[in-house]
Amino acid sequence: MNEKFIFAGFGGQGVMLMGQLITYAGMFEDLEVSWLPSYGPEMRGGTANCSVIVSDKAVASPVISFDATTAVVMNLPSMDKFEQEVEKGGKLFVNSSLIERKSEREDIDVYYINANEVANELGNAKAANMVMLGAILEVTKVVTPESVLKALAKIFGTAKAHLIPLNEEALKRGAELVK
Amino acid sequence: MAKVLMKGNEAIGAAAINAGCRYFFGYPITPQNELPEYMSRELPKVGGVFVQAESEVAAINMVYGAAGSGVRVMTSSSSPGIALKQEGISYIAGAELPAVIVNIVRGGPGLGSIQPSQSDYNQSTRGGGDGDYHLLVYAPANIQEMVDLLQEAFDKADFYRNPVMVMGDGMIGQMMEPVEFKERPEVDLPPKDWAATGTEGKRKPNVINSLFLKPEELEDHNIRLTEKYDAMKKNEQQWETYNMEKPEIICVAYGTTARIVKSAIDTLKAEGIEIGLIRPILVWPFPEKAFVELPETAKMFLSVEMSMGQMIDDIKIVNQGRLPVEFYGRSGGMIPSPDGVVQKIRALLGGAK
Repeated sequence: MNEKFIFAGFGGQGVMLMGQLITYAGMFEDLEVSWLPSYGPEMRGGTANCSVIVSDKAVASPVISFDATTAVVMNLPSMDKFEQEVEKGGKLFVNSSLIERKSEREDIDVYYINANEVANELGNAKAANMVMLGAILEVTKVVTPESVLKALAKIFGTAKAHLIPLNEEALKRGAELVK
Repeated sequence: MAKVLMKGNEAIGAAAINAGCRYFFGYPITPQNELPEYMSRELPKVGGVFVQAESEVAAINMVYGAAGSGVRVMTSSSSPGIALKQEGISYIAGAELPAVIVNIVRGGPGLGSIQPSQSDYNQSTRGGGDGDYHLLVYAPANIQEMVDLLQEAFDKADFYRNPVMVMGDGMIGQMMEPVEFKERPEVDLPPKDWAATGTEGKRKPNVINSLFLKPEELEDHNIRLTEKYDAMKKNEQQWETYNMEKPEIICVAYGTTARIVKSAIDTLKAEGIEIGLIRPILVWPFPEKAFVELPETAKMFLSVEMSMGQMIDDIKIVNQGRLPVEFYGRSGGMIPSPDGVVQKIRALLGGAK
C-alpha cells in the first residue's frame, strides 16, 4: 500500500484535521505516515491543503506531485487546482455542496459528496469534513473508522470529548453515501 | 516509549528539553515559529527560561551569556535571521562555548521567501561570521532523525566546547511524522570547570572572552581551535548510503532532498536502472570517507539540492577529479519532485550512451 492523499479547501473547513486524522490512524495501525501542510502568507481566509502519505514502506518523499492516489476538494478553487494532480486510476472526492461543476477527468473515479448538507442535517455544519472523511474511508479502506475515532479522541482531548458522538455519526453518514 | 505524531518544529523543542536544554532565546521568523512557541509553553514547566528577544542579535548574545555559565542553551531561526546571528556565533566559537543553533532554512538571498530551501549550505559550512572557525552542522532527513541528532548535538557541543548547528528546511519544520523519544545513554563529558558561575571567593574568576590582543596568543588560540576542527573531521563524519551496489550514477543529497532522491531511485530501480545515493548526515565535516572507494560502475556524481549547487564544491573536493559532477536543483522555495530527478537522470544516462 502506498496511498497519497491531497486534502484541500478553504481555511476553517477542517482539511488539515482530515489529513491529521488519517495520519494518526495510520500510525495507530503501524503504517508509515507523513503529513505535510502547505504554508504561506496567503493562508488566512485563503486556501489550505495538506499532503498525507500512508504506506507499508518507509515514506521516502513526503511531497505529492501529480501522483496523488486520492484528492479531496472541499471548495471550487481547490478542485481547479488539484483535479489534475490525481494520477490515472486515482480517486477524486468532490464536496458537491459547494462545488457545482463536474470533474473533467474521465480516467479517475469521482465521488460527489454533499458534505455540507448532510452535516447540516446532523445539526452541525462544521462536521462536513467528517462526512467527507466517512466516505473516503468507506471507499479507500486506507484505515478503519475505529482508528480514526481513536485519533479524534486524542486530538479532541477531554474538553471536546462531548463532540465525538456527533463526529462518529457524521463518519457513518458519509460512509452510507458511497455504499 | 510509544510513538507520537509531532510537527518537526515541535519535535525539535521536545528533543532539546529531553537533552537537558533549559534556556531558549529567540526571535520569530517563519517557518520555524512553532519551535519558540513550543519552548515558551514547555520550558517554564521544567524550570527553564524562555525569552523572546528584541532581535536576532540580542537573542544570540543571550545564548552567548547563558552558554558562558555552562548551561544547555539553544536558539533557532531561519536563514536571514541566522545571518543576523553570525556575529554572535563567531564570538561563541571564539570563546569556545557550547550552544545549539537550529536553522530551518528558507529561500534567499535577502528576505527571500518563507518556503523550504537548502541555500544556507555555504553559510553553514563555510562560516558566516569572521575568523577561523567551524560548526558541526547536522542535516537530518526526517523528524525521528532530527530528534535523535538534536540530542546528540548538545552532547557534541559540550564535548568540543563549540557551537553546533542543526539545519533543517521549511518542509521538515512544518511536516508531521511519528517520532519516538528513546532512552539516551549517558555520555561521559568533561566537567564545565571553565564556566562563569561565581567564584564564591574560592578560586580565580573564569573569563569568557574572544579577544586576544597579543598576536602570539591569538595564533596559539587559532592553532588549538584548528586541532579541534581536525578532530571533528576525523571523528564526526556521518553519512548514509542507499543502493550503492552497482550504481551508474551516484546522487549526493542531504536532508529532505535525499528522501526525494530515494523515491526517484526506487522508481528507476523498478525499470532496472541502478542509481545510488550518498547522504551526508553532517554537511560539516563533509563525509569524505564515503567517497574514498567508489563502485566501478559509477560514471558520474549528481548533486541534488534545493539551492543552485552550493554542495558541488565539496563533492568536487572529495571526488579528486575522478568522475564528472553534475547538478540538479530547484530553488526559491520550489521543491524538487521525484519525477524531476528521474528525468534529469534519464537525460544524463541518455547523453552518456
